[in-house]
Amino acid sequence: MNRRLVLRLLALTVVMFGFGYALVPLYDTLCVAFGLNGKTRITDTQTAAADGVDEDRWITVQFTSHTATGLPWEFRPMMNSVRVHPGEVKDAVYFAKNNSSNPIFGRATYSVSPSIAAVHFNKTECFCFTNQLLEGHEAKEMPVRFVVGRDIPKDVKTITLSYSFFNAEQYLSEEDKNKLTASTKRNSAGEG
Amino acid sequence: MATVADDHHDHHDHHPTGLIRWITTTNHKDIGTLYLLFSFAMFLVGGAMAMVIRAELFQPGLQIVDPHFFNQMTTVHALVMVFGAVMPGMVGFANWMIPIMIGAPDMALPRLNNWSFWILPFAATLLLSSFLTAGGGPAAGWTLYAPLTIQGGMGVDLTIFAVHMLGISSVLGAINVIVTIFNMRAPGMDFMKMPLFVWTWLITAFLLIAVMPVFAGAVTMLLTDRHFGTAFFNPAGGGDPVLFQHIFWFFGHPEVYIMILPAFGIISAIIPTFSRKPLFGYTSMVLAVAGIAFLSFIVWAHHMFTVGMPLIGEVYFMYATMLIAVPTGVKVFNWVATMWRGSLTFETPMLFAIGVVVLFTIGGLSGLMLGITPADFQYHDTYFVVAHFHYVLFSGSVMAMMGGVYYWLPKWTGHMYDEKLGKLHFWLTTIFFNITFFPQHFLGLAGMPRRIPDYALQFTEFNVISSLGAFGLGVSQLLMAYIVYKCVKGGEKATDEVWDNPEGLEWTLPSPAPYHTFETPPVIK
Amino acid sequence: MVRLNKAFTVSLSALIPLAVATPVFAEWGLNLPTPVTPIGEGILTLHNWILLICTIIFVGVFGVMFYSLYAHRKSKGHKPSQFSHSTFAEITWTVIPTLILIGMAIPSTAMLIKMEDTSEADLTVKITGYQWKWRYDYLDSGVQFYSNLSTDRNEILNKNEKGENYLLEVDNQVVLPIGKKIRFLITANDVIHSWWVPQLAVKKDAIPGFINEVWTKINEPGIYRGQCTELCGREHGFMPVVVKAVSVEEFDAWVAENAPAEEQAEETQSGVSGGQTLVAVSAISTEDGADDPAPAIR
Repeated sequence: MNRRLVLRLLALTVVMFGFGYALVPLYDTLCVAFGLNGKTRITDTQTAAADGVDEDRWITVQFTSHTATGLPWEFRPMMNSVRVHPGEVKDAVYFAKNNSSNPIFGRATYSVSPSIAAVHFNKTECFCFTNQLLEGHEAKEMPVRFVVGRDIPKDVKTITLSYSFFNAEQYLSEEDKNKLTASTKRNSAGEG
Repeated sequence: MATVADDHHDHHDHHPTGLIRWITTTNHKDIGTLYLLFSFAMFLVGGAMAMVIRAELFQPGLQIVDPHFFNQMTTVHALVMVFGAVMPGMVGFANWMIPIMIGAPDMALPRLNNWSFWILPFAATLLLSSFLTAGGGPAAGWTLYAPLTIQGGMGVDLTIFAVHMLGISSVLGAINVIVTIFNMRAPGMDFMKMPLFVWTWLITAFLLIAVMPVFAGAVTMLLTDRHFGTAFFNPAGGGDPVLFQHIFWFFGHPEVYIMILPAFGIISAIIPTFSRKPLFGYTSMVLAVAGIAFLSFIVWAHHMFTVGMPLIGEVYFMYATMLIAVPTGVKVFNWVATMWRGSLTFETPMLFAIGVVVLFTIGGLSGLMLGITPADFQYHDTYFVVAHFHYVLFSGSVMAMMGGVYYWLPKWTGHMYDEKLGKLHFWLTTIFFNITFFPQHFLGLAGMPRRIPDYALQFTEFNVISSLGAFGLGVSQLLMAYIVYKCVKGGEKATDEVWDNPEGLEWTLPSPAPYHTFETPPVIK
Repeated sequence: MVRLNKAFTVSLSALIPLAVATPVFAEWGLNLPTPVTPIGEGILTLHNWILLICTIIFVGVFGVMFYSLYAHRKSKGHKPSQFSHSTFAEITWTVIPTLILIGMAIPSTAMLIKMEDTSEADLTVKITGYQWKWRYDYLDSGVQFYSNLSTDRNEILNKNEKGENYLLEVDNQVVLPIGKKIRFLITANDVIHSWWVPQLAVKKDAIPGFINEVWTKINEPGIYRGQCTELCGREHGFMPVVVKAVSVEEFDAWVAENAPAEEQAEETQSGVSGGQTLVAVSAISTEDGADDPAPAIR
């Protein structure tokens, strides 16, 4: 009798340990669903723009950037802000330049504010969460294509899209780097 | 339900003596004693760190320690008090009292019990040895927030392992408590006849099993983030720092109740005895405890209103948090109703119980204030919070344990403690406690952030008062060590009942309680 | 019971002026500091009311308890009654607190909705927390600078007399116009920080990789001081926030003086993004904290 109860309680313990880990994907799902932390959906252009353009409304989309200490890059939006209609497909471009002479992998996270708008902010093309390689002193334009959903609440007039670039080297093995270098179709496989 | 008391009959008739007895013991009373001694030792260690903190904050400017060491002190003080002093202390009471209160001969799993205890000293050593590593001990606060924790040195890794061990120990202890309560009750001891202390511990044990593994998971993720290339919490790898806070507080809020619920149980044992009246509203007390435990799972994000949640989230967590005030209020009202029209006397345990009810309520009300989201933006991470959680943890849990020690000490040792000194200990503790922590409410409101080693000049006066109070509070606790020592060594012989017609099976036993009790189950009316 | 009621009323009437007369309290540093924003005023009022209600509940409940301790003590020969439940009482003290809580929740929710409305701001300032300083970017005008603690090390180490604004003074203050809705975008470079100015009643975490939004509208000119409120490492206690609120004209003049020239704007912007140079330059703090205001005492 004791044994059975003990085993059940131990099973519960193991389940709860797993639950701790299950919170990770669960949280991501919730974030995307409710725009927590300014996380947005990534969709294809057609779905996002399917409802047509709402010509009567203007939304200002503001761009900001941050480059974390440890990544010797310059990274900034090419324009401060842009005015769009809900439902309109729009492009924005960020500019990135490696100020060091070594090739470096960076990785960007993005965040949309206010969070109530994040759910309605559809990015259809984005350089976020993928490793980006810049050779020494290389400069590059990084495009973002987005659609502000037509169902965005009426009181949202300004949306801020923020990108933060971090040094991604610690998260990449030499093998990953080589693969990524090859896939970005560069001749100089310069690894230091 | 049947009892399995007979299975255990013959194991412990001869037991070794000396050190070997304590290392190999499977007797619930021995293990309870070990837990309580360990808890008190950790209480002094954590207290010493608090003295360093208050000494540094006695005056503006950096006097004694550098800021990094100060951060280590606040971090380890909290970890030691939470995982070393309060939780093991409560397990000590559980070990001593639960089998006796339900008429069982011992805990259901005595060898596991020995294990659960002996993990603790090693875990504590591991935690404290982090000070000897190059980067020093953990310095990111007991909440171990990422990504700051990811920056720390090897001390953080030792802390993570220590937390794992402490977690294993408490989960094993919790399993033991549940199995004991489910399977070992004397015939006739129905669930709704169990003393409230047993009830609170049963619910606490379930909370422990539900959340300690989640915490273990969170720190494991920290460990892999630090060393094995995962990025759960590090934005540089695509992780989310706020996720750590969600997981941590999913554990952290129930953890708060893990520390306070058994204290409620102790108070609910003491107050009826000295009111000479049965506990008011037993059923609603049980329901209130269960209600508080349930609510503890759905309010966690009120610890993190400032991270930037959507409005709907803030509103939900505010409402859920405010709800907790209802069952907590029921408990306080029931305690007051228990005293109402009783025949009250004020021995040391009763003084502590009254002190807990009053002071805990101050902490409860400030907790309600903290739950009001718009106002919380001003209180969050200031000394107002420090004052709040010391009112619930020190004058709630710790003082309840002190009251419990005085209440059951005559039963444990067979001697009466020195009543005069006991009362002196109560008054010193209560007065110095309030001198230490009440001014911290004002400091927080005036704008002093927590976890800072130095402060602006306008905070000086209250910090001086607070530090002086803290030194008094620290020294007063040595008196308790002396009182307990004196009581163990001798003193007036305690009667079997000890107090005036108290309720509960423990008072039907001789004082001191014999090594083996209830080998034949008692008859419950 | 009559005596109790009287005591209750007396203590109440003594408390109300205490809790409501906040200006007095504020000067003593006993309550929240005098707010200078509409939100701050709202929070202070809310805080005072909740505090008052909590105090009344506390005094009421423990008035009853202490009366009992006095009147029902054994030494006075009081015989215990043996009642142990009363459904009426239990329902009463479940329902009444619930009603009080609902009464508190309504104004709190209204307040919260106001606080979260960051729309239609006149000005946007991006705040970035660093270990251990703040950086400010005025997105509309391109003004940007770091703000470091300016308290002399010797004051911290008790070698020199401490100044009036000890630990709450910076090299570059955040200049903001009064009467305008200002939106803050808050993020961090390394670990979590939290930007707090008590008199503005603005506190929001700065989280690396994410942005948070919060707004304020300052009523009157003045200098408002605050601190980082999320433990962010060794110098957590040494990264204050100082806001200087000025008239719109003064603000415009300040912007004109500090904004990068039109052509240079791009250049400076680039420099900033690389984390290298700024208008008010200060080297990015190094790992061993060589640039830190407070040296370690080892």
